[in-house]
Amino acid sequence: MEWLSEFGAIAAMQGFNGLSVFCVLLLMALGLAIIFGQMGVINMAHGEFLTIGAYTTYLLSTLVQTWCPWMQPYYFFFAIALSFVVAGAVGWVVEWVMISRLYHRPLDTLLATWGLSLVMQQAFRSIFGAREVSANPPEWLMGAVKLTDAIEIPRNGLFVMGLTVLMTGGIFLMLYRTRWGLHVRATVQNRIMSRAVGINTRKVDRMTFALGCGVAGVAGAAFTTIGSTGPTAGSLYIVDTFLVVVFGGAASLFGTIASAFAIAQTQSLSEFFMSGSMARVLTLSAVILILLMRPQGLFSSKVRK
Amino acid sequence: MFNIQQLACGYGQSQVLHDLSLSVQKQEIVAVMGRNGMGKTTLFKSLMGILPQWSGQVQLDGVDVSAMETHNRVTEGMAYVPQGRMIFPSMSVLENIQTGLPASAGGQVPEDLYALFPVLFDMRSRRGGNLSGGQQQQLAIARALATNPKVLLLDEPTEGIQPSIIKDIARTLKEIRTLRNLTIIVSEQVLSFTLEIADRLLVIEKGRFVIEETRGNVDEATISRYLSV
Repeated sequence: MEWLSEFGAIAAMQGFNGLSVFCVLLLMALGLAIIFGQMGVINMAHGEFLTIGAYTTYLLSTLVQTWCPWMQPYYFFFAIALSFVVAGAVGWVVEWVMISRLYHRPLDTLLATWGLSLVMQQAFRSIFGAREVSANPPEWLMGAVKLTDAIEIPRNGLFVMGLTVLMTGGIFLMLYRTRWGLHVRATVQNRIMSRAVGINTRKVDRMTFALGCGVAGVAGAAFTTIGSTGPTAGSLYIVDTFLVVVFGGAASLFGTIASAFAIAQTQSLSEFFMSGSMARVLTLSAVILILLMRPQGLFSSKVRK
Repeated sequence: MFNIQQLACGYGQSQVLHDLSLSVQKQEIVAVMGRNGMGKTTLFKSLMGILPQWSGQVQLDGVDVSAMETHNRVTEGMAYVPQGRMIFPSMSVLENIQTGLPASAGGQVPEDLYALFPVLFDMRSRRGGNLSGGQQQQLAIARALATNPKVLLLDEPTEGIQPSIIKDIARTLKEIRTLRNLTIIVSEQVLSFTLEIADRLLVIEKGRFVIEETRGNVDEATISRYLSV
């Protein structure tokens, strides 16, 4: 019986680890999904917006440490808000300067945003250096909660999870309870008709892009509690994030959540039994198989067209 | 009230509309008739700014809307019910109507809209895409009316709809004209429908108006000849 309880403990901790990955993935994918779903823009630079959030948190952490150390326990909340604002603002400018000029050429946005991602990575490297940096998370985020002798749940993971639930709930509220959300959903379904009922789709696009990038920024702030930040921190996540969006079905937020969960858990649990790359192979083959059977993704709405 | 002068429009190299001019009075219902491919839908799309017009002028209540973007034309008082309805299929009926409401309405659907289309009230939480064709047509009209228009453009409203509902739609259109002080331009292939609602009939042929008659003077035989294939 000894080995069974040990196995259970490992499975639980590994599962929780998967939940942390799920949270960062989900925060990234939510932004990407609404941008892709609404505007049809494949934003290859989405990972860099995560990096922006992470560096913003790092900067604030350093500033707080040098200028007002007494803020140390609380600064993280400001860091999250600031990451959202900074990443959102950069997203707003990028949409205005670049994306809005490329709406008629969807494939070119792919190239353009990929170029943008390279430019941004190099900018990070020039400004912050190639070495990885880490923000100082506040005391109360360190350590772990001991559930039983064998099971320990890290606090930062719990915090990230809470943050993800809050953000997801917030996005749902915005999409389904506000006028902006109504306009976004209308634009997703029929852009031309949305204009013809008086919706300024350009304004909606800019807001959506900024919001998506802002959420990626929050993911970046959350990311600093899990790993250290380098210039390419975000681009490591971008492939997984795309996988999540495609697997979930581009227009469905529930699908995004379910697929982020499925992918993160498969990856994390199988990593324990085989090497990391074999775990990836397993995840990818499962995704490919399911996409072969359901090309429209896990969830897609059933209505007459 | 609504003036079109020398409007020209087309796709790529090929011109579809050739210098169309039309002036519509307040509360008038004008029907534009013609076979497929004669430019009815192109006319409506260019009036809404969905297709950029090549030349000419469109004036609404003295305001030149020719250079405006689609959503600004809607704010100025133009509303559009496209061919094929184009409702938002995966949004509820209520949400479909709400997309047309101005910000000042606070998402509240005016009572008189539901009074005009009681079926929409009963179905308000159903998905738009799950309504029947006739109900979708009513929804599309309600959504257009929600923007509080001065001019309503309807592109082939009877297409694919059963005869009893066509009669309903005709009655409703005449009703809203007086209720809302509305000018209506409707494109159509069904002569009986237009004879019932329109004050004036125009026939469009290869992008030009070839016949213009008030309802009293219409010679059915001549118009039918233009409509038959």
